[in-house]
Amino acid sequence: MSLLHLAILLPLLASLFIPFLYKQFRSVHTGWFVLLVPLTLVIYFSQYISQTMAGETVTQSMQWIPSLGINFVAYLDGLGLLFALLITGIGTLVVLYSIYYLDAKKEALHNFYVYLLLFMTAMLGIVLSDNMIVLYMFWEMTSISSFLLIGYWYERERSRYGAQKSMLITVFGGLSMLGGISILSLLSGSFSIRESFSTLSTYSDDPLFLVALVLFLLAAFTKSAQFPFHIWLPDAMEAPTPVSAYLHSATMVKAGLYLVARMSPIFAETPLWFYLVSGVGMFTLFWGSLNAVKQVDLKAILAYSTISQLGLIMSLLGLGAAALQVEALPDSLYTIATVAAVFHLINHATFKGSLFMMAGIVDHETGTRDLRKLGGLSQLMPVTFTIAMIGTLSMAGVPPFNGFLSKEMFLTGVNQVSESGLFHLETFGFLFPLFAVVGSIFTFVYSLLIVYRTFLGPKQHDKLPKKPHEAPLGMLVSPIFLASLVILIGLFPNLLSNTLIRPAVEAILPQVLAAGGEIDVHIKLWHGFNTELLFTFIIITVGFLLFKTFPKWQSLYHRMPKSFSLNHQYDGLLRRGENVSTGIHDAVMTGYMRSYLVYIFGFIVLLVLSSLFFFDAFAFDVDPLSSISTYEIILVLVLVSSALSITFARSRLTSIILLGVAGYTVALFFVLFRAPDLALTQLVIETVSVALFLLVFYHMPEISRKEERIKFKLGNAAISILVGLSVTLVALASLSQRSFASIAKYYIDNVADLAAGGNMVNVILVDFRGFDTLFEISVLAIAGLGIYAMIHFRKTGGIDK
Amino acid sequence: MAIAAGILTMCAVYLILSKSILRIIIGTGLLSHAAHLIVITMGGLKTGAAPVLEEGVTKYTDPLPQALVLTAIVISFGVTAFFLVLAYRAYQELGTDNIEEMKGTDTND
Repeated sequence: MSLLHLAILLPLLASLFIPFLYKQFRSVHTGWFVLLVPLTLVIYFSQYISQTMAGETVTQSMQWIPSLGINFVAYLDGLGLLFALLITGIGTLVVLYSIYYLDAKKEALHNFYVYLLLFMTAMLGIVLSDNMIVLYMFWEMTSISSFLLIGYWYERERSRYGAQKSMLITVFGGLSMLGGISILSLLSGSFSIRESFSTLSTYSDDPLFLVALVLFLLAAFTKSAQFPFHIWLPDAMEAPTPVSAYLHSATMVKAGLYLVARMSPIFAETPLWFYLVSGVGMFTLFWGSLNAVKQVDLKAILAYSTISQLGLIMSLLGLGAAALQVEALPDSLYTIATVAAVFHLINHATFKGSLFMMAGIVDHETGTRDLRKLGGLSQLMPVTFTIAMIGTLSMAGVPPFNGFLSKEMFLTGVNQVSESGLFHLETFGFLFPLFAVVGSIFTFVYSLLIVYRTFLGPKQHDKLPKKPHEAPLGMLVSPIFLASLVILIGLFPNLLSNTLIRPAVEAILPQVLAAGGEIDVHIKLWHGFNTELLFTFIIITVGFLLFKTFPKWQSLYHRMPKSFSLNHQYDGLLRRGENVSTGIHDAVMTGYMRSYLVYIFGFIVLLVLSSLFFFDAFAFDVDPLSSISTYEIILVLVLVSSALSITFARSRLTSIILLGVAGYTVALFFVLFRAPDLALTQLVIETVSVALFLLVFYHMPEISRKEERIKFKLGNAAISILVGLSVTLVALASLSQRSFASIAKYYIDNVADLAAGGNMVNVILVDFRGFDTLFEISVLAIAGLGIYAMIHFRKTGGIDK
Repeated sequence: MAIAAGILTMCAVYLILSKSILRIIIGTGLLSHAAHLIVITMGGLKTGAAPVLEEGVTKYTDPLPQALVLTAIVISFGVTAFFLVLAYRAYQELGTDNIEEMKGTDTND
């Protein structure tokens, strides 16, 4: 347990105290206590920057399940540190923001902050784990905490729907990742990501390798809301806005990107990886931006915009794989895509975080997020307006904000790869720049729409549920901080290039370093007149034209039939799944005792017979069997015939007597088997039982058999014959083979010395296994009490006799 | 012996699957007999004298299965007795001994 482990688990430990703090200090907003946790962590993690800059990594391992090769290995490199800083940094701002956003009197703050801290630990665990099983555990923890946070206002129907949807989709991805992990660890012989990488060449030709690749990508795509799994993210917007800003834009949805980046060293040389990651990412960029334009809810626009931006980063990570394909070319050529991916990851966290907080402020101060009701807020909320302007212009890719820089680099990367002719891109390589430009145009359009329809445009304050005014200062601090970062990074991008970006890129593309290449990160605001600038010019011009004519082509969106939409498909799938499972449940759970008994017996037969068969366990050996005497033959005949005739007996008296016969025969058997104690006990018990049966039967009706049809009887007979058969086989097999000597020797030797007794059975019962007998007596006592209670305490259920 | 125990089990299962609660109880009784026989035969039959210490005897029957079965006999008696009274009371309250009619009535779910 090192300090690094403690740092990962700190939020989880802190969450234990939240309910007490909430109860004890009702006058203080619980968020102030919570704020200390991410603040401490961000300071703690920033001290590692100098180490990762020097190319060093930190590894701390803690034994967990060493026998299975599962250890909690905390591994911190450039990539992990970048994410850790994002998680804790944005976390600090979001907690600060939430203190003003969530009312201390009305909301269940203790729940909220416990979930949030749980999430923080889970997220830190993902980005700082080297062991894939541990990573998987934290991965599912994020899904669960996200579920809890989306459903935070659980009394709202939409919240529950969104929570369930996100849970189903992301857990599906998580499970497929578990499959991928299993396959990969079978191939490489280790759960460690780094060890799997070092032995990569030994198994990368295996056909299962591609299966593992696809399974990992499924996990990444579901988590990062890539097409067609993106549908959960807009519904996740039912969560409180701080949650949306934190989980569903800055951190959790980036876990998928992290996974892709982390697994890049292993998978990226496979062409399939390149096609899937860059293709899906590019299409998501296009699709997300296209859909964002038609939304009327402020947060829904931001959700689709997040989807589209995640697609952008995803495609960049895929394009970066091209850097590994060409070893002859100068290495820095294709690394620009990966650099852009990391850079945009940071930028997106800053501008989208500030935009979500802006949306939260608008929602909080006006009471609605509906763009059809908003408008003309710029004079009432000047600070919020400024934040929105900075955020949206950066998102749209307008200079001099940071979004412009990464968008330029994105276009450069796309151009380079599509011109390279790698992966047979000669034929359809032109699609990449096309999708990139079209996606960017729509990004520009919705960015303008956000600002225009919220803050500019006609004033319609009478439609708002609340009278709008500027937000309190505390609520503005976090978005202002993020917005100033947007400008700062835009003007001085090289503050980040060596401190955070280069170590992260080195972690994603270790092959480039190993081949002797160098990763040179130098981001410039001005590149001269080149293709990218031309693209930017086209994007801004066309985007602006489309924005101006938006009311005219808006109706195009309604042309798409509803049944084609993915949400419709999802709902249908869910409904069908429920119907099928209800059908199975109704068919299986009949409510009749007999059906359940049939299942139980059926499975006993199935398991016993199949294991006897498959493990070749059946053995029949005559040697240990003793010779059979006449007495025994007679007794067996009596026993068997009495048992058989019970089943045919019509009157209850016959049944009782036959049962008695069987019991007494068993007692006689005990005599033959040299078990005098058993014989005595059996005789006494059998007598008492028969008496009790007779007593009760006196009050009971005659056994009725008329309801039992022949088919019913045959079914029962078949099952009972099978059960009897399997029991016989097991008994024979157990008689015929002995795996080890009986432990009875110990008792026989020690019975006189230790217990000073002669009768071994008695000594075992009352001395060696005294506690067993005590419990046996307790069982009898409980049965006796139950009988007493049933007879004496009647009419308590309110039923008249 | 094993075959006898198997047949006993077969009859017991057949009885347990029937509808009448009385037959089910008889079935459980038979089932416990079958189980006792199997356990006691597993120890090996007649391999020595009865497990009571005696001068000059070196070989005894395995006492362990006997101890187990002794416990089992008593427990099965307790269970049978409990079950019987339960059936009796259920019959008094519900007026039937058919197990299929006993499932969740409106007033007594």
